[in-house]
Amino acid sequence: MATEILMPALSPTMEEGTLAKWLVKEGDTVKSGDIMAEIETDKATMEFEAVDEGIIGKILIEEGTEGVKVNTAIAVLVEEGEDVPEDAGKTEAATSDDEEKDEKSEDGDEEETTSAPDEQEVKAARAAAPDGPDPKAAAAPEPDWPEDTEIRQQTVREALRDAMAEEMRRDDSVFLMGEEVAEYEGAYKITQGMLDEFGAKRVVDTPITEHGFAGVGVGAAFGGLRPIVEFMTWNFAMQAIDQIINSAAKTLYMSGGQMGCPIVFRGPNGAAARVAAQHSQDYAAWYAQVPGLRVVMPYSASDYKGLMKTAIRDPNPVVFLENEILYGRSFDVPVMEDFTVPFGKARIWREGADVTIVSFGIGMSYAMEAAEKLSENGIEAEVIDLRTLRPLDYDTVIASVMKTNRCVTVEEGWPVASIGNHLSAHIMTHAFDYLDAPVLNVTGKDVPMPYAANLERLALISTDEVIEAVRQVTYR
Amino acid sequence: MAAKKPTKKPNVSADELKGFYRDMLLIRRFEEKAGQLYGMGLIGGFCHLYIGQEAVVVGLEATAKEGDQRITTYRDHGHMLACGMDPKGVMAELTGREGGYSKGKGGSMHMFSKEKEFYGGHGIVGANVPLGAGLAFVNNYRDNDHVCFTYFGDGAANQGQVYETFNMAALWDLPVIFVIENNKYAMGTSQTRSTSSKDIHTRGEAFGIPGETVDGMDVIAVRDAGQKAVEHARAGKGPYILEVMTYRYRGHSMSDPAKYRTREEVQKVREKSDAIEHVRELLLSGKHATEEDLKAIDKETKEIINEAADFARESPEPAIEELWTDIYATETPQNA
Repeated sequence: MATEILMPALSPTMEEGTLAKWLVKEGDTVKSGDIMAEIETDKATMEFEAVDEGIIGKILIEEGTEGVKVNTAIAVLVEEGEDVPEDAGKTEAATSDDEEKDEKSEDGDEEETTSAPDEQEVKAARAAAPDGPDPKAAAAPEPDWPEDTEIRQQTVREALRDAMAEEMRRDDSVFLMGEEVAEYEGAYKITQGMLDEFGAKRVVDTPITEHGFAGVGVGAAFGGLRPIVEFMTWNFAMQAIDQIINSAAKTLYMSGGQMGCPIVFRGPNGAAARVAAQHSQDYAAWYAQVPGLRVVMPYSASDYKGLMKTAIRDPNPVVFLENEILYGRSFDVPVMEDFTVPFGKARIWREGADVTIVSFGIGMSYAMEAAEKLSENGIEAEVIDLRTLRPLDYDTVIASVMKTNRCVTVEEGWPVASIGNHLSAHIMTHAFDYLDAPVLNVTGKDVPMPYAANLERLALISTDEVIEAVRQVTYR
Repeated sequence: MAAKKPTKKPNVSADELKGFYRDMLLIRRFEEKAGQLYGMGLIGGFCHLYIGQEAVVVGLEATAKEGDQRITTYRDHGHMLACGMDPKGVMAELTGREGGYSKGKGGSMHMFSKEKEFYGGHGIVGANVPLGAGLAFVNNYRDNDHVCFTYFGDGAANQGQVYETFNMAALWDLPVIFVIENNKYAMGTSQTRSTSSKDIHTRGEAFGIPGETVDGMDVIAVRDAGQKAVEHARAGKGPYILEVMTYRYRGHSMSDPAKYRTREEVQKVREKSDAIEHVRELLLSGKHATEEDLKAIDKETKEIINEAADFARESPEPAIEELWTDIYATETPQNA
């Protein structure tokens, strides 16, 4: 019986890819394990192996084709003497939910693992769906760049790399260290080309030893360098949290102002897709509690760029919380010689008079999508992206709440002692008389992240939950 | 406790020997005074005295040159005095006063001096070890020949991050001298009860780091071993481990009754192996100094310490505004 070979998902967050090269041709016999094609994901070029035995009956997608959606049929496998069915290639990516496929996930890590097609549902629910605001349609009361500036579309991944490379060109005391940052060019391909440009002295591969290399980074900062320390994910930085807090954050105070620690700790934070409890935690509220740290959690590519440059120049330890799902997403980025975004200044993405939605990081995807849908029903939400959690732009939040009299906070992290809890208390203290409804916090659920697709979807926040919270506070 | 007296004539000048005597005595008198002030309620919290271990830092500082860095854990008063920090500033930090090295905000365990390349004073056992390797990383990055003296105890030697650091230091040939001050007790737990192997200096072998044990009650032996280690690191050959066998006479901290060892054990070390007495004997027997000369040094030291104690008592408490300063730096630090 003829079997369709589908475009595989080769990373937890891959939605589409480029069919770079076919290594088989029509009529070839393949067996399980044979390499059939090279596929470029958002992170790397991967070899794609055959699972079933058979003869390549027909190649449906030519090599060099870009943007091939996961689960699109790319070839048809037939048995000896069998013809290629006429309807071959009619499989649509979205209908292959029940397709069973061999899943390969040897190391369970955030590196390229073959994902099962039934992830499609999850992706539709989160990673793919809230595609972010159209910045042209969004009101930006205080734009981050002059009106006439040339704009280009850039992914968060590219913006991050550009920010680091620009700062490394500007200041030779800036260097980058972490697992797989040099020769591998980043586990998430953030540091592409950096080893080539800056050499092994300034782009340093470390052993898998977070506690140790975080300490080496802090020591180097005490000694006058400006390290950027990449954690493959912030989940692994729990091994290093003593160095981040006890050594990096507190030493300036303990030394009476003598011993500064100009260092950036960065890496993906929060949930990716289907990586379960030990790889999905959002640390925003944890680090935001620590005096001595700067805590940054951007949403758009321009903020990733501008805030990363500010972080590298800042004389203090900066915790820079990135998001894997956002890495591949494109936003407007100004073409400017030296574009920076200051800490402590929220961005108003959308103006509205009925309710204030405060969010940051990936939470903004849901906040913006909810705002668009609410607008269709006559509720105009003001959407504020905090961008930095320490310092936090309380003034912008309070001013907005004084205007709208209602507030919903949105974040992916756990509910207890969340950023939303903190903001609620602050609003209560400083704008109590202005509130027409209790402040509601939309947060991730109070559970370790489950693996199962349906449970994971429930554990995370959703656009519908944001809409529901807004309806509650607006009584509509 | 080996503390064997060297049989051959030590390779040391009269001036150097007198310097050792002076520096070790300064530390001892300082610590005795600190203990006294603690008893009077002028010093609070934790206060870990270095009495008995003086030869370790004094011997190693003799091998340091301008630009070398040092970092240690919380038993740090001796290290600060040995690298030339002002006893007044150290004592005033102990009393939590404005004139202290950290303006009274760090205390006994957390003091720093950029000027003297002293990077603390760290309260978390073992955490200063990767920090020291990071300082050594700067030396390689800047392509200079400075080394970083990274001190820690036999207790810290069981921390995982120490071995993470050994690996990276060896991998990248970092110019770091790991000085393990083995005073036999990790707080109240003796080495035999906490540490699977007798020899800690061999623990670098798996990483290719040379190590040796040194008599830490003999300042000349410490200096000689230090010189070898420093030459190794300066020559770009990477890290070196010195396990320096020493002994603290006082408890782990001021509040430690030290019931885990007998009074006789302490007394025996004091009588037979005291590092200061050893140098004193060398000075006298070698006719490098007379009793009168040494009395003069004693008197001078006492005066320095009394001045430090007076300063530490008289210096005002930090201004209330200091509560809210130094949380964030506003300017780029120029510590390069």
